[in-house]
Amino acid sequence: MPTTKIDGAKKEHRVFLYTLSTCGWCKKTKELLKEKSVAYEYIDVDMLKAEERKAAIEDLHKRNAPLGFPVTIIDDKELISGYQPEKILGALGL
Amino acid sequence: MTTSIDSVRQRAESDAKSRGYYLNPDPKFLQDLLKGLKVNEDRYGYPSCPCRPGSGVYEQDRDIICPCDYRDPDVAEYGACYCSLYVNKKVYDSGKPIPIPERRPAEKMFPELAPKTEKETTMSQPTDRKLWYCKQCGYVVFRDDAPYVCPICKAKKEFFAEVKLEIQQKTG
Repeated sequence: MPTTKIDGAKKEHRVFLYTLSTCGWCKKTKELLKEKSVAYEYIDVDMLKAEERKAAIEDLHKRNAPLGFPVTIIDDKELISGYQPEKILGALGL
Repeated sequence: MTTSIDSVRQRAESDAKSRGYYLNPDPKFLQDLLKGLKVNEDRYGYPSCPCRPGSGVYEQDRDIICPCDYRDPDVAEYGACYCSLYVNKKVYDSGKPIPIPERRPAEKMFPELAPKTEKETTMSQPTDRKLWYCKQCGYVVFRDDAPYVCPICKAKKEFFAEVKLEIQQKTG
């Protein structure tokens, strides 16, 4: 799947987001990470082709992600659903 | 043809006014949401919720076309709709909407995940829709399920009843 990488000074954790390109809460989450100079990768699920979209949704399902965007996955294990700045920063030790 | 941001904004403003709602008080957030609605309207042909994954199939997205079916119960319960385009006065005055839980049923969100049974493949066919009428004001709508709130008189879903048509053939 085509992920977009955003560089940042803080690279201690692998931060990955499933987002929608149109979603205001997703945008806020991306901005939060950028503001804190956290390096992250994201996939805008609405921009994917049908097959890739299916794979993304199956991945979310496999991870028992609650429905909704954004989904923040930290180090491939901790999953945070929705725009939750404290939780996200807490998980990153910031 | 594409929609202009201004027309998306005007539509939202006039809808908010008619309900006594407000639009998101954060100007940047509001602009992002209006842009998202415009993107969806341009690519799908209808302004589906910017914060939910649209399928591009009108019948599947009918409940999340803005203003979505869940807006009124969400504003009533949480003071804001799911994407926070529409808020009540209290949230507007606070200047800072917070995210709310998703009210849309899970099976509607990702039809890709549902096993395709015969029922599900035909679910969105127009023939499975029913006529519903509002017992309070008489408004009639043709869709899978009754609306959460009557768009005319604001009666709750419980006020809707299915219209059953019987055709009798006269003999003699």
